[in-house]
This record gives sequence, C-alpha cells and structure tokens, in this order.
Amino acid sequence: MSFLNDLYSGPWIVTFLVFFPGIAGLACLFIPRGWLKRFAFSAGLIEFLVSLPMFWTFGIGRIEYQNYVSIPWIPDWGISYAIGVDGISILLFLLTTFLLPISVLVSWEQIDKRERAYYAMLLVLVTGILGVFVALDLFLFYVFWEVMLVPMYFLIGVWGHERRIYAAVKFFLFTAFGSLLMLVAILVLFWLHLDQFGVASMAYPAMLRLDIPGGLEFWLFVAFALAFAIKVPMFPFHTWLPDAHVEAPTAGSVILAAVLLKMGVYGFLRFAIPLFPNAALDPRVVMTMLVLGLIGITYAAWVAAMQPNLKKLIAYTSVAHLGFVMVGTFAFTGTSVAGGVLQMVNHGVSTGALFILAGFLYQRRHTYEIAQYGGLAKVIPVFCFALVLTALASIGLPGLNGFVGEFLILVGSFLRYPWVTLVAATGVIFAAYYMLPMIRRVVWNDLTVEENRSLIDLSRLELAIIVPLLLMMVLMGVYPKPFIDRVAASANWLSERVELTIQADTADDALAAAEVLERSPRTP
Amino acid sequence: MVGPPVVPALVALAQEAAQSAEAAHQAAYVPFLPSWMILLPFLGFLFNGAVGFFAPQQRKLVSVVGPGVLGLAALIAVVNLVMLAGVHDAEAVIRSYFVWIDIGQLRIDAALQLDQLSILMAVVVTVVSFIIHVYSIGYMGADPGYARYFSYLNLFVFFMLVLVLAANFPIMFIGWEGVGLCSYLLIGFWFTQGEKAEAGQKAFVVNRIGDFGFLMAMFALYAYLGTLDFHTVFEMAPRAFEYGGAAVTLITLFLFLGCTGKSAQIPLYVWLPDAMDGPTPVSALIHAATMVTAGVYLVARSGVLFALAPISMNVVAVIGAVTALFAGTIAVMQFDIKRVIAYSTISQLGYMFLAVGVGAFTAGIFHLGTHAFFKALLFMASGAVIHAMHHALEHAGEPAGEDMTQDMRNMGGLRSHLPTTFKTAWVAALALAGVFPFAGFFSKDEIIWSAGAAGQTVLWAIGIATALLTAGYITRWLVMVFHGENRMGREVRGYLHEAPLVMTGALVVLAIGSVVTGWVNIPEALPLLPEFTWLHGFLHPSFEAAEHILVEHLGEPAHAAPVGGGEGVWAIISTVAALAVIVIVFNALRAKKYRPAAEAVEPSGPAGLLYHKYYVDEVYETLILRPFRGICRFSWRVIDQVVIDGVAVNGTAYATRFFGWIVSRLQTGQVGTYALIVVLGVLVFLGFVTL
Amino acid sequence: MVTEALILSGLLFTIGAAGVLIRRNAIVMFMCIELMLNAVNLSFIAISRQVGVSAQLFVIFVMTVAAAEAAVGLAIIISIFRHYSSVDVRNFRLLRW
Repeated sequence: MSFLNDLYSGPWIVTFLVFFPGIAGLACLFIPRGWLKRFAFSAGLIEFLVSLPMFWTFGIGRIEYQNYVSIPWIPDWGISYAIGVDGISILLFLLTTFLLPISVLVSWEQIDKRERAYYAMLLVLVTGILGVFVALDLFLFYVFWEVMLVPMYFLIGVWGHERRIYAAVKFFLFTAFGSLLMLVAILVLFWLHLDQFGVASMAYPAMLRLDIPGGLEFWLFVAFALAFAIKVPMFPFHTWLPDAHVEAPTAGSVILAAVLLKMGVYGFLRFAIPLFPNAALDPRVVMTMLVLGLIGITYAAWVAAMQPNLKKLIAYTSVAHLGFVMVGTFAFTGTSVAGGVLQMVNHGVSTGALFILAGFLYQRRHTYEIAQYGGLAKVIPVFCFALVLTALASIGLPGLNGFVGEFLILVGSFLRYPWVTLVAATGVIFAAYYMLPMIRRVVWNDLTVEENRSLIDLSRLELAIIVPLLLMMVLMGVYPKPFIDRVAASANWLSERVELTIQADTADDALAAAEVLERSPRTP
Repeated sequence: MVGPPVVPALVALAQEAAQSAEAAHQAAYVPFLPSWMILLPFLGFLFNGAVGFFAPQQRKLVSVVGPGVLGLAALIAVVNLVMLAGVHDAEAVIRSYFVWIDIGQLRIDAALQLDQLSILMAVVVTVVSFIIHVYSIGYMGADPGYARYFSYLNLFVFFMLVLVLAANFPIMFIGWEGVGLCSYLLIGFWFTQGEKAEAGQKAFVVNRIGDFGFLMAMFALYAYLGTLDFHTVFEMAPRAFEYGGAAVTLITLFLFLGCTGKSAQIPLYVWLPDAMDGPTPVSALIHAATMVTAGVYLVARSGVLFALAPISMNVVAVIGAVTALFAGTIAVMQFDIKRVIAYSTISQLGYMFLAVGVGAFTAGIFHLGTHAFFKALLFMASGAVIHAMHHALEHAGEPAGEDMTQDMRNMGGLRSHLPTTFKTAWVAALALAGVFPFAGFFSKDEIIWSAGAAGQTVLWAIGIATALLTAGYITRWLVMVFHGENRMGREVRGYLHEAPLVMTGALVVLAIGSVVTGWVNIPEALPLLPEFTWLHGFLHPSFEAAEHILVEHLGEPAHAAPVGGGEGVWAIISTVAALAVIVIVFNALRAKKYRPAAEAVEPSGPAGLLYHKYYVDEVYETLILRPFRGICRFSWRVIDQVVIDGVAVNGTAYATRFFGWIVSRLQTGQVGTYALIVVLGVLVFLGFVTL
Repeated sequence: MVTEALILSGLLFTIGAAGVLIRRNAIVMFMCIELMLNAVNLSFIAISRQVGVSAQLFVIFVMTVAAAEAAVGLAIIISIFRHYSSVDVRNFRLLRW
C-alpha cells in the first residue's frame, strides 16, 4: 500500500490523469468501430477509478498545492509545466473525472454519426478541462483554456440539434472574445514581471509578487474578469448558454453545465482575485459583481419560469445557481467561498443529472417541449422518481446536496453583506417557482398526449447512468462533511491572505503579504 | 411473521427500557432509544417505497409495516415521556450522532435535543400519526397507490420527528422543509387530477416564502451569536441581544414569517384550504394535527428570542388573533365538508399563536396537543362521511366526484347511517367549541384568559368572539351533515353504510383523546375541580428562561380580565355562551331546508363575500401573481430576447457584417482599379518619404 | 552615364505603368508589366558600378522570375480566352464581393 501512497502523494499522478483522456481520445481514431464505445467507456472508467484515491490521499487542512510539479518547458520565455491541486480545485477535478464515464454512457445510444470523432472530441475536451483546473502557469493555463474550446465547438456544431451551427458559433465567439482579452492581460503580466524582476516568468506564484500600478491593475482585472464572467456566465453575458445547451447533445450539455461553467468561477478564485486583489476587492467592483450575481439569481429564475422548453429551463436555472456561486465568491468570506466551491460541485451533479434526464425523454419522444409531456408518473415511475429527486436537489431541499452549498454561501455572505443575502435568499422562493410547475407539467397531471402512453421506463443502461448521480446527491446532502473538509482550509486561507494583501499599508507590507501568499502554496 | 431473531432483540429492548427507567428514577433522565424513534418511520418509508416500486399490489405487508413502525415509535416516545415526567426539572439531553457541517466557526451536528417540549411534541406526533395510519388502512384500502401512500406518510412522520427533536436550527430546518415536501407529495397524491397537483405546488411555493424567512433568521442568528445550536443560542441570547433591540426583533420577525407559511397564518394561509385536495387522513395528520402546528412549536422553542422582542410578540399575537377571527368567519359560509374544518384549523392555529404571542407558551402547546386530537377526529369523521358518500354514489351508478361527495348540501341526516361517526363527530365538535369538560375547553380557555391577563383587551375580546363563532360554524357543520333530512336520492341512501372497524376504531380512540387530553392541565381557578397543573409543571423547564425575561420586563400577568372578573368566572361565562350558541344555531338550522348543491344558488351579499373567502385568492392573483408573471415574461421576451440577445449580441454581429459589406464595395473585381490603387498608394508613399 | 540610364529606366517604367493602367487588353497589359520589370533591370545594371556584382545578380533573379511569371501568366490568359473568347480585362469581374 505504501506504493500507492507514494504514487498518490507524488507529482506524476495528476499529469497522468490530465493527459490520459486526451491520449485515449487520439487512440479512438484508430480503434475498430465495434470496439469504440467500449474503449471510450473503459478509458473513462479507468480515469475515474485512478483519480478516486485522490479524494482520500488529498491532505485535509493543508493549504499548499499538492502533487505539485514544475519543470521548465520554454525556458527562454519563463514558461514552465507547473501543475498542482489544492482545496479549490480538487473537488472540481474529481467531479470532472466522475462525469467522464457517465458522459460516455450517456452518448452510448444517442450518438450515431461520426462516432469515432465524437468520442475523440469528448475525451480531448476532458483533458482540456482537467488541465485548466490544475495549471499553475499562466501560459499553460491559457493553452488548456483554449484546448477545451475547440472540441466543445465541434460537439455542439456537429452532433447538436437543429440550430447547432448558430449555437456553436455563438459559443465560440463569446468565449474567444473573452479569452483574447485575457491573453493580452497575461502578456502584460509577463512584461511587468520581466521589468520588475529582470527574469522572464509565466509562473502563477511568481505573478502574485508583482507590484501592479493601481490603474493598470484595474484594467488587467477587467480583462481577466470578462473572460471568466462570460464563462460563468454572469448576467448580461449569459445568452450563449441557453442556446448552447439546447442545441448540444446530452453529453455536451452535461459537461458544459457540470464543469465548463465552473472554469469561470475557478478562474476568479485562482487568478482574477488573488492576482489583482486591490482591484477585485475594491468596494465598487465587489458591489458590481454582487449585484450582477443577484440579477443572475432572480432574473434567470424569472426567465426560467417562463420557458416552454425543458432544456432551456434547465439552462437558465444554471445561470441562477451560478449567480449564487458568484455572490459567495465575491462576498469572499471563507465560508461563502467554500460554499461556492461546494455549490459548483452540487450544481454539477444535480444539473448534470437534469440534463441527462431531459436527454432520456428526448430519446423517447424527440422533443423538449414541456407541453408534450404530463402524467408521466403513471407510465414511467422510476424515471419520474429520479426527475423529482433531482429537481428537489436542484432547488436546495435540505437533506439533499443543493442545500448545503446554498446554506454556506448565504451564511457566509450574510456576515459581510446582509442586504445582498436578503435578496439572494429570495432565490429559494423563485427556485420553487420555476422548478415545481415544470415537474407538475411533466410528471403529474393527466396523460393527455397519446404517444406518452407507450413510453418505456429506464433501461439498465440508463439506470447505470443516473443512479450514481442520485446517490451522490443524497450522500452530499446527508454527509457533506468530507467534501467541506477538503475545501475549507484553502477557502479560508485564500480569503484571509487576500484580505491581508489589501490591508497592507506600505509597499513593504504588501510585498511581505504577497510572499506569504506565494511561498505557502509551494510544496514543502 | 415475527422470526426467532426478533425475540431476543425485543427482550433486549425491554431490558434496556427497564434499566433506563431505573436510571431515571435514581438521577437524571436517560433517553430511551431516541434515534430509533426517528429511524423506525424512515425504515418504514424505505420498505414501503420499495414495495411501491416493485410489488405495488402487496398490501398485507404494507398494512403491517406502515402503521407498525409508527406504533413502535409511539411506544418509545411514550416511554420517554413517562421517564422524563418522573424526573423533576430534568435537564435537556443532547444526543449528537455525527457532524453535519463544520467549517470555520460554523459547526452543525446531526443532533437530537430531548427535553420536555420536544418529547411532548414527539408523543403527540407519533400517537396521532399511529391512529391515523391505522385509519388509513381502511380509508385507502382500495387505492392502487396504497404502498406509495404509506411510504409518503412514514416519510412525513420521520421528517416531523426530525423537526421536533432537532437540537439546532438547521437540523430543524431539514425537518421543516421535509414535512413540506411530504405535504406536497400527499396533497398531489392523486396527481392525475391537475388541480390537485396544482394545490400541492401552491402549498410548496407558499411555504417556500416562509422558509425564506426561516433561512434569514438563521443567517442573522449565526452572524450575531456564531452558533445555531438551540442550547447555546438560548443561553447566549439574553446577554447578546438588547431587550427590544432591532436585531432580535428582525430575527424573530423572520422566524415568524416562516411560521406564517408553515402554520397557515395571514398572509400566507392561502395554501391550506387548497391542501384539502389530498386524501382525508392526510388532511387530518398533516394539515390539522402535526405539520401545521410546527410554527407554534418553533415560536415556543425560540421563546427566549421572542420574549426579548416585544414588538415581535405583539405581531405574533395580533396576527394570531386576527387570523383566528378571519378564518372563523370564512368557515361560516363554506359548503365543502373539509373546507369548513380547514378554515377552522387556520382559526385554531391563530389561537395558538395568540397564546404564544402573549407569552403563554404552555397554553399554546396545550392547545396544540388537544387540537391535534379533536381536529384529527373532525377530519377523520369527515373522511368516514366522504367514504360512505363515495361508495353509495358509486354503487348507485351516479357521478362520485368530490363536488358531489364533499358538498354538505348533498348530505343531511347521516346520523342514522353512520352512528359511530356521528357520535364521535359530536364529541370533537364540542371539544372544538370549548364546552366543558371536553379538551378544547381547558386549552382554549387558558389562551383567552392569558390574553386578558397580559392586558391585551382587544385580542382578548377577539378571542372570545372567535370562540362563539367557532361554536356556531361547527354546529352548522354538524347539522348539515348529520341532522335534518337526507338530501340524496332514495336509491343512493340505501347504499350508505358505516365505515369499517379500523376506521371507526380510530375515531373512538381519538374521541377519548378529545376528552381526556384536556385534563392534564386543570387550573386552580375553576370551581369544584381539583387543581391539576401537571402540564405547566412538566413544561416549566422548557419555558422557564423565556417566562423569566417576560416577567422581568413586563411584570407578572394580571389576576383579572380587562373588564373585571377572575379566570373561573370567565371560564364559566364562555362555556355557557358556547353552549347557548350551539343550541341556538342547532335549532335555527335543523328546520332549514337546504337544496342539493346542483340546484343551489350561490350566496350573495355579505354571505357571498364569506362564501368567496373575501376574494383573497383573487386579490393575490390580480395584485401579485399576475404582475409577477408579467415581469417574468418581460424579462424573457424583452430583456433577454430583444435587449441582450437581439440588440447587444446579434446586433454586434449585424453591425460587424454591415461594416464588412461597406468595405467590400471597394472590391470591384477590375484588375485596372486594383492597379490604379496600387500606383496611387506607391505615389503617396513616395511622397511621404521624400517630403 | 548613370544618370542618363536611370532617366531612361524611369521613362520606360512610367510608360509600362501607364500601359497597365490604361490598356484593357490582357496581353498588352502583360507586355507592359514586362516593360516595367525590364526598366527596373536597366536601373540595376546602371548602378552595378557603384554597388557591385550583387545588382547584376538581382537582374538574373528578376529575369528568371519574369520568365516563370510569363509562362504562368500567359497560360492563365489563354485559359481565360478559351472560356470567354476575349481577353478584355473589363469582362473579368469575378474577384469581388
């Protein structure tokens, strides 16, 4: 067992996990068609099983990066291959590997054209996402950020529904627009570092030591924040999301909602806030972000309540949920940040499950129109049980996962911004207002549409997909402590240290604080 | 089948019980199997749920397990009550099972608090639940969703016990929302009927408004005190909060918002009448006896906080009294057999809030307990009537929709057909009307007296007026259902029959409860009766701190009513007045000829106003819901689709395309033009270079 | 000597440029382009006394490229002629929006 311990505390396990899906994806191109799905699923399952021990080997209460490795990649430009995980990223990382085999299974019967390219794209996409969550070098981060974009574009554009081209282009342009600004900001940081320390470096910890002039800091923050806000998505940059979700194939929606959006919030927590603390936590900026988060919570809920299309409704609920997360992030107390991270995982599980369930319905009836259903509890009770449970988790019923994250976010935010919390908490009411009518019109009521009489309940394959997600919802609601434990230390530390940087009066103090910020996260 | 392994387990149980009882005698109170009390209903839920999925036709096992687990839970609860009663002023016992949430300062244990208040509530909940479970065997016997029904019901009891036994606010909130969920599922139990599913949804959404208040109260409490454990919060509160300060007032008002949702008080009461769409035993259990009283329990539990906030106390008392009167007047003009009782429930809950609002916590909990019995009985008597009506109409081949089976204008004269139901209904009605020596007399009298003693003259008067109103509408209900002429066709009449034994048995047990539960607290002031204030003494440790604060700031309660006269005098006056109202209404209505519902005309004038429930639903619809839907639609159609997506996003795309089009005009395709531009460009360049 | 040669080269270049701009026949335009190239060649030769042999080297380059260009260009014009039965450049407007 000590071999396993060494392996999982060593640096290379994360590298393996990041690149394994990508390599498997390329290998997909050479696998005989008959073996393709089985190969992709095995790759996903291996990925998940190999990653699973990280949950236990992750050192609780430690704030430094674990499994950290940094080797020069392009030394002339100070670019290194630096990766590591901490409390902010570990759960998101594991969520991604958890959803990979599930996404493959979801696609099993739903994808019937260009399968080879499809599974290759799916696996490469996961490599991009995992890389984003572990990269500790700005250049490396940017590469992964863009690597993720391309497969997603094709997943929507090739395997999507009717308006897939429009949705794919919209998705691509929105994201590219944000990320190009971010690239410019990264280059500015690079030159600043060269200027101030005389050394070329792209390393994230090194950037934390920069002394950035006030005005410039603000604009750099804006450039980063825009890229991340589009990804989250925050109001008013959210309109790509419903289109992308509605048109994407089910697995695409699952990945999109469950992990892709989290990259935005993760970007705020990892980069935008610690790199530019004075700009990010300027009261006016914070208020702006909080208000946008609040608008996301309420406004998206109102819009969701009106949607006739099941997938679009779920997409807008994502905007509302991420609004909660943004409020938690910018309230920036340890509890609210931890709640935000936890809520991202919760949202990944429950919204992912909602999309999967919507996909099951689509496969049977080839429509997402809510009006086309009703009274399904009579014909497909198991499906309806899963749908109701997932919907309840999504609207934050205590005892299921959604509540814990929401509760921590709001408890933490209240300490600093009671009025913001007051408005945010109304989201609890609106959540019931959009979700329950949908449930009523799909699950309850009388069977009025004839075609629904002959629906078949969930198959074994479908049960294998949805049951792990349902179990996760219950587990994370009833016993969330292990999950909170893994986030808590890093979240607390992050909020405290960044506060320290801001409070520092003199430049020396600021540098000292920044050094703490920089040094601690390295491996001892 | 009780298999061999069960026997030693039972023996062990008995031994442990004996040991605990012994320990209790010697020193402090040692709880007896508290976790099993809540686990048993949960196991029942799992079992019945599994049966519902895999063998829905399997009824025997469900009939045993569903009520069985509740029977055991009730037994445990009663054992605990007896043990606790044996210890004088026992300290609350907190049993922590695992850490639920732990981050920074915030630590929430999955813990149970076992003290006088929670155990008393647990006894009320489990005993009434058990009786109603048994009754359901008969009532739901023919329903295809039998197992599903029992699984929901078991789950409900599980959450209700979590609610009353929780040791901190968040765990209580789990129960709080959990019972709401079960209520939602059970109101919409017959989900194929759209309006029932909608009623369930309405209940859930309205309750969520209340839950919002509960959440905000928790956040504020944590921000001020850094903990959410009952024990610590109530210990710290008197020192941490200034008496009458803004913080504690806001916190308690938010808590009370939660109560108005769950306990159906103005302005959030509108879901409860619609909740009558659920099966009748559900109305009895959830919407009369247990869940809706959770708000009263919450106020009583947080008595210390409320005592520190006189404004909130007044709000609670006023809302309670006004709701009591308001709902009572609506009940006067309803024709649906269940709606009358539903409004009566709202009204009685108003009484309980009036009690806790004037600081009479024991009186509130007392009325909660007695009300659980007689109101459950009223509902279940209605259930027996509906059951009979349904069968009769079905056998006669006539439409048996709820508009037929539940409209009192179609009934009348059922006393001879349903004799047991008839007698028990009278017992319940007298208890509700507050006639001596039935349970309601003692509890309601104490509430009205407390309001007077607290110097709340207006509320005291409202209480008395509502008491008379109550006697009036419940007599009308009795007369319309059981007395006078039967208003059904002769053919249908022939098929009317009394409910099966499991149902009438349950009615009788509840009827006994409706009489004797009042005797646990007989005040000294009543003439000719022995003083027996057991309940006051028993609950004393739970309310000691709150009452101490009240006395310190408001002084001792008065010994005379606002217009003079002691407690005993007013008790006699009110019971005589209630009896008088009953006699008058009975004689006035017995002779009255009602037309069957199909031929009846809608009441108009003031009666129409009551019949239409003051048009509150309509007002809410016009003033709140419709504008809100307008905002939602505007957000989607205008802001999202036109402003953001249309103008900002696609607008940018169109603008880009437009400028591209303009520049593209330069591309003539003529080689000559291109060559000319090249030459001109070179010349311009050369010009710049040379100059 | 150099000055005169450069003036001649400039004249030839201007004539070629004017021809490209004014004439509509593709063949004539093509010949004008050749004229411009050779005008440049002439100026290279003229300044080779001052700058050395590299100027002459350029001339060789230009002639090679011009030969290749003539082959490709004439081939294009012939195929255009086959298609349109005309070499008037005003008819060729496909390269626009």
